[in-house]
Amino acid sequence: MTEPVSRRALLGTVAAGAGSLLLAGCDRVNRSPAARALLQSAEQAHLASQRLIGGQALAPEFTRADLSPDFRANGNHQANGNPDWVRHRDAGFAEWRLRVDGLVLRPLDLSLEALRGLPQRTQITRHDCVEGWSAIGQWTGPQLGAILQAATLLPAARYLVFHCADAFGPHPYYESIDLVDAFHPQTILAHSMNGGPLPIRHGAPLRLRVERQLGYKQAKYVMRIEARSTLAGLYGGKGGYWEDHKAYAWYAGI
Amino acid sequence: MPADSVPLDPPNPAPALPGDGATGGSLVKRHRLSTRLWHWLNVVTVAIMLMSGLMIFNAHPRLYWGRFGANPDHAWLQLPRFPGWVTLPSTYSLADARIWHLAFAWVLAFGLLGYLLRSLVNGHIRRDLHITAAEWRPAHLWHDVVEHARLRFPTGAAALRYNVLQKLAYCGVLFGLLPLVILTGLTMSPGLNAALPWLLDLFGGRQSARSLHFVAAGGLVLFVLVHLAMVVLAGPFNEVRSMITGWYRLPREPGHD
Repeated sequence: MTEPVSRRALLGTVAAGAGSLLLAGCDRVNRSPAARALLQSAEQAHLASQRLIGGQALAPEFTRADLSPDFRANGNHQANGNPDWVRHRDAGFAEWRLRVDGLVLRPLDLSLEALRGLPQRTQITRHDCVEGWSAIGQWTGPQLGAILQAATLLPAARYLVFHCADAFGPHPYYESIDLVDAFHPQTILAHSMNGGPLPIRHGAPLRLRVERQLGYKQAKYVMRIEARSTLAGLYGGKGGYWEDHKAYAWYAGI
Repeated sequence: MPADSVPLDPPNPAPALPGDGATGGSLVKRHRLSTRLWHWLNVVTVAIMLMSGLMIFNAHPRLYWGRFGANPDHAWLQLPRFPGWVTLPSTYSLADARIWHLAFAWVLAFGLLGYLLRSLVNGHIRRDLHITAAEWRPAHLWHDVVEHARLRFPTGAAALRYNVLQKLAYCGVLFGLLPLVILTGLTMSPGLNAALPWLLDLFGGRQSARSLHFVAAGGLVLFVLVHLAMVVLAGPFNEVRSMITGWYRLPREPGHD
């Protein structure tokens, strides 16, 4: 039985070799900038296809019976490294102001009272962490679109950048969305969660809710909203802390 | 000369086509180009999807049922993290695993769609995969199970047709596991939840979909393992050749030599 055995052994060797080649090859391809660029171009397909079939569709909303009993906080649980935020927290955020600037006609400084004075939207939605877990919470706040209308975007504005008080080491957290998501009816700046004030660990005094994207887009401890024509030139240029540092997709609809 | 030293490729008449009286030993065309292309595309795609999927699972190795589920909630399954030699990349990177997984998801989904359409048009589904009423008979199913258990495989022209267990396995993957793994994958997308909310209703919530995604992937792993075992048992050289070139040498009837 020499021949069949040698063939079988050969095939086994080929299979084992192919397996280790696959592993080593994938890691090598994973490091190649050209291959990464090709793989990452799928992000544009995700954005285009979801916008095409979804339009301005609303994210599913739930009832209070669906609320997570214990909503896991993700990212930073405080912004203690930011003296401004600490001072505002100690004063109950009474003197805190949300700065809206950049490519706007009228820069704004909005107190929590002013934000609560705007028409409010309350929504019970699901928060999906990029890691895979989900939690359902109730959020209340003004629509971002109303604030942007009050500030009046200049024609060159394409992106809204959310500058946050928290940081990972020396790198401040920030996130960004485009105008389609900025003017989506469910995109709100939440100052309340589950009927009470937004807890510190969930981003007090104010966090973004952009309900058709993953958790890392839901910027917490928002201090300033900046309208920009491009994301280039800001920090790593990819539009967010995780995008800059870990190659997470800027469009987090999947 | 002992039977087991017969050369694997004895001199043979010209290659025959199925149905023209092919007997054990003759070379016949077995797999269409579309089947062969899709098969090898899937070897790469499924390997990448499984390995990058395990890395994504490692980011949160807990599974839940229902609409939500996180660390404070009850997990029906909690596993240790998968080792680096089965994940892509081999060292922890959820971001990189997602880049691979979400790019090759398009290849998997459109590959399946293209193959199903092609197979519908060229008659592959109707002729080769369709399970007939006779094959559904318990006696026939049982006979096939017994034959498999004894590792007795069809010979001669009968080896050209899929037996009923093969058909069940292939149909289960084509119409069951692959659509399930793709649809549950789409159901985990918050963007698509807005666009196609019926997917959430279909699977009972995002965390149920995530659990079913993992179960379906496990089913695909099981299929691949059984598939590879059957290839080895049925004669790996002949089987691999037929999936590369399309040409297959019909197994000889027992005692033929």
